[in-house]
Amino acid sequence: MTEKPKVGVYVCHCGINISATVDVDAVAEYAQKLPNVVVARTYSYMCSDPGQSLIKNDIRELGLNRVVVASCSPRMHEPTFRKAIREAGINPYFLEMTNIREQCSWVHEDKEEGTAKAKKLVKASVAKARLLEALESKEVDAEPAALIIGAGIAGIQAALDIADAGFKVYLVEKTPSVGGRMAQLDKTFPTLDCSACILTPKMVDCASHPNIELMSYSEVEKVDGFIGNFDVKVRKKARYVDFGKCTGCGDCAAECRVKDRIPSEFDQGMGKRSAIYLPFPQAVPAKYTIDPESCLFLTRGKCGKNPKCQEVCRAEAINFDQEDEIVEFKVGAIIVATGFDPFDASRKPEYGYADYPNVITGMEMERLVSASGPTGGKVKVFNSEEEIEPKEIAFINCVGSRDKSVGNEYCSRVCCMYTAKQAHLIRDKIPDANIRVYYIDVRAFGKGYEEFYDRVRRENIRYIRGNPSEIFKRGNKLVVKVEDTLTATPLEDEVDLVVLGVGLEPRADMRQVMDLLRLSQSPDRFFLEAHPKLRPVDTATEGIFLAGCCQGPKDIPDTVAQAKAAASSAMIPLARGKVMIGAQVATVNEATCRGCGFCVNICPYTAIELVTVNRFGNEVEVARVNEALCKGCGSCSAACLSDSIQPKSFRDRQILPQIAALGAMK
Amino acid sequence: MSAESQTFTERYDLLGCIQCGRCTGGCPVTVRANLNVRRFVNDAYYEEKLDELARQAEIWDCTACHTCAVRCPKGLKPLEVLLGLRAMIIESGKVEPTVRDALQSVLLEGNPWEKSRAARSDWMEGLDVKIAEPGVPVENLFFVCCTIAYDPRVQAIAKNIVRLLNKTGVDYAFLDDSETCCGSEVYTLGEEGLFEMLVEDNTEYFNEYSAKRIVTLSPHCFTTYNVHYPDLNKPVIHYTQLLDELLKEGKLVWKGDLPKKIVFHDPCYLGKQGGVYDEPRDLLKSIPGAELLEFERCRERSLCCEGGGGKMWVESESKKERLAETRIKDAKALGADIVAVACPFCVLTLEDAMKGLGYEEEMRVAEIMELLGEFIEA
Repeated sequence: MTEKPKVGVYVCHCGINISATVDVDAVAEYAQKLPNVVVARTYSYMCSDPGQSLIKNDIRELGLNRVVVASCSPRMHEPTFRKAIREAGINPYFLEMTNIREQCSWVHEDKEEGTAKAKKLVKASVAKARLLEALESKEVDAEPAALIIGAGIAGIQAALDIADAGFKVYLVEKTPSVGGRMAQLDKTFPTLDCSACILTPKMVDCASHPNIELMSYSEVEKVDGFIGNFDVKVRKKARYVDFGKCTGCGDCAAECRVKDRIPSEFDQGMGKRSAIYLPFPQAVPAKYTIDPESCLFLTRGKCGKNPKCQEVCRAEAINFDQEDEIVEFKVGAIIVATGFDPFDASRKPEYGYADYPNVITGMEMERLVSASGPTGGKVKVFNSEEEIEPKEIAFINCVGSRDKSVGNEYCSRVCCMYTAKQAHLIRDKIPDANIRVYYIDVRAFGKGYEEFYDRVRRENIRYIRGNPSEIFKRGNKLVVKVEDTLTATPLEDEVDLVVLGVGLEPRADMRQVMDLLRLSQSPDRFFLEAHPKLRPVDTATEGIFLAGCCQGPKDIPDTVAQAKAAASSAMIPLARGKVMIGAQVATVNEATCRGCGFCVNICPYTAIELVTVNRFGNEVEVARVNEALCKGCGSCSAACLSDSIQPKSFRDRQILPQIAALGAMK
Repeated sequence: MSAESQTFTERYDLLGCIQCGRCTGGCPVTVRANLNVRRFVNDAYYEEKLDELARQAEIWDCTACHTCAVRCPKGLKPLEVLLGLRAMIIESGKVEPTVRDALQSVLLEGNPWEKSRAARSDWMEGLDVKIAEPGVPVENLFFVCCTIAYDPRVQAIAKNIVRLLNKTGVDYAFLDDSETCCGSEVYTLGEEGLFEMLVEDNTEYFNEYSAKRIVTLSPHCFTTYNVHYPDLNKPVIHYTQLLDELLKEGKLVWKGDLPKKIVFHDPCYLGKQGGVYDEPRDLLKSIPGAELLEFERCRERSLCCEGGGGKMWVESESKKERLAETRIKDAKALGADIVAVACPFCVLTLEDAMKGLGYEEEMRVAEIMELLGEFIEA
């Protein structure tokens, strides 16, 4: 680098975001006097077209070879300005951004102090900018295939879109059938279409689509690699049923010795199944699975003389010797669509969910009102031994949502509406029932939702504003202890049935997927998107996308929309067939590296390995960075004992003068 | 920011409230008193209304059971608004003579019962009690509680635990008559200055003892130390937790049996506030012959006995059935022979209710230590 640095400094007003707290003109004036600075300017929105043109013109006319933009966090606009300076003919990595918004104007009130700090930050950036080196990013091929984890409505929709676009999709589902939570629902708000009717065709499509390889009852075990080139390892769990032979006739389940004794997951434990089972009649694939936890033969090694299922299966599909199978493949993008868990109502013991059978959750109500549910769609409860049709029914909203006492501060977004829908369905089934909904606020925000809420109220569903505090039993009745806050009346409301509008929680097993893909959580514990507004389906890891409730509570329309968004984002590398590899990666000085391996262990992206090289005739081990995997995070550099590994653009010789510049001022 | 410079709204985070009503919905005294704590949280936002609010008689109906605080979805403590209003009354000096005397007694004698400090360890008479000394290491440092120390009705709690400890060989020590009120009731009566002083003095006092932990006999002291004494340098447990440890280690051996039906009443300060539910039950279950029953409203849904919140010194205006009476009636309906509690206040309120209802012949209210005392081998 023999060329003398000629730095341009561009201070952004960001409307009044910066200029209200930082005297931008004073900063520019100050910058103008810094060593190597040729020009310093301010502009209202530097990221705008005219703002960028300003920089480009200066590069061309004043021969700038380094650019400092003092504006926002580099997260959003670093790519904008890189592109701009490249267009003007200089290396895109000759850019240094000074964050005088998030780290200055937004967090300070005093303009004088804010301005002083902005000056300091700009001085430090100029010090570093002079020492930047030209870097080149590379391109590698991308595998035209996608992995989708989870086959609920989000995973199914994303799979269909990507497959329809002509790319290969591996759709991995943990349970024996696709369909997820939506398959359990009866009707869907606000239009009341039957959930199964609109979902089943999609389920069938994704099993028969020539571009979709459906792996049900399977789990992703390992993911290596990077965008465009992920290596995936999937465990297909043993079904103990030959997938090719099983005709789905159901003779096995009918004869199973523990028939009707195993709580059905699909029916929320209210219905019972056999050890060999199809989760629900419309399950896809329509192949039976033996549950190894409850099968007599698999748990005790003995089931009568011979397992009944084996005896009756005409297709000879039962195979107790079946083992898990490991499948490996390569994909260019991954969509995580792992869904949610309903809030566990027993975590609010004051509602007595664990004690009283007539306190049920919304999910249980879905099965209870469903014609294919455990009661054939009849809503009934037990009073002691006697089976009765409930006449006094209370719904409670916000159970496990908007509630710090259980650690969930967020609104679950679906409970207001599913409660309204269930109240409507019960009104249909029990016309003379007294139905009330205890609410805090009714959030009917979606298309057609407020209209539906209006309709439901007029069906003589009483909405009482108050969040119940306690439920206990008095005789045969459940007592809901609550205040009607609109009249300031404390009530002890006696009812036959309480339906808890339980919210949505991150899945209990989400840690597994997090570790697998190195995803982060937002404060609500759902998976964190790259940007809450502008990159809502991306993650911090390129090539990995989020869809559905794993990212936060969502209704079905939003889930489908997000799934389609994730599919379209995932298809970008697949369609291009190439991906760019970042240039700001770690680099090893092999001459000084001692091969200790510290960096290998510390790298969160498994981007470093030890290789053997010949050093003056001796075989020695040194670290080597896989540039495609490296994110330039710098962890290795911080850990390195001999300063041999350093990220490009963040080398000691670049950042130490930057730090020194910060300290040199008063 | 110091508490003084904060407005009422800031101090109690009133703007965090969404008026959901869970506090009033769960408040046990709403069935007999006019108290609506949610409205106080709402109205206290208006500074100019505070004086009027403080004059409402119902602010003294709160038993400080903390159900409102435990249930609040936004992490607020609605009852503290009531205590803040009480503090305004205390400040003005216009309090019931009973309250005034109790507070003065805490200040002068270290207990609210107007007893002399010198008599605080009189209950020890005739017992071989190990006395703690500052700096001398001890595993379990016992804190007796003013009520247990002075009220002959509940002194057996302390006496029996000494007998039991001597029997089991546990390393323990009691404080002498320098032991001072934890301030639980001072706090709920709204005497903020005195409470602050007690926290400061007691913290300094305790921190001089080199004990592994403090064991309290009353749940009120237990929760007060755990919640309001941030600088205490040792953990505080309730005695049922210690005894449950000993039980699990096989160190508690009972002599004789008690073929009775026992129902356990969860004290608010132990259960709802302290999260201790299983230990007292395990102890009761360990009594040979005893059958443990459960109230419909037990554990997290337990009903308050109205013994806390300074109610020992403020009579409620309501003539409706006391919650303690409801509780005793429920116990009778269950067929319980004994209502077991783990709190001196619960003993006093429930026994009073039982006598009032005329159930003395067929029923008994007993603190767990009273019951266990009968089975300690001589």
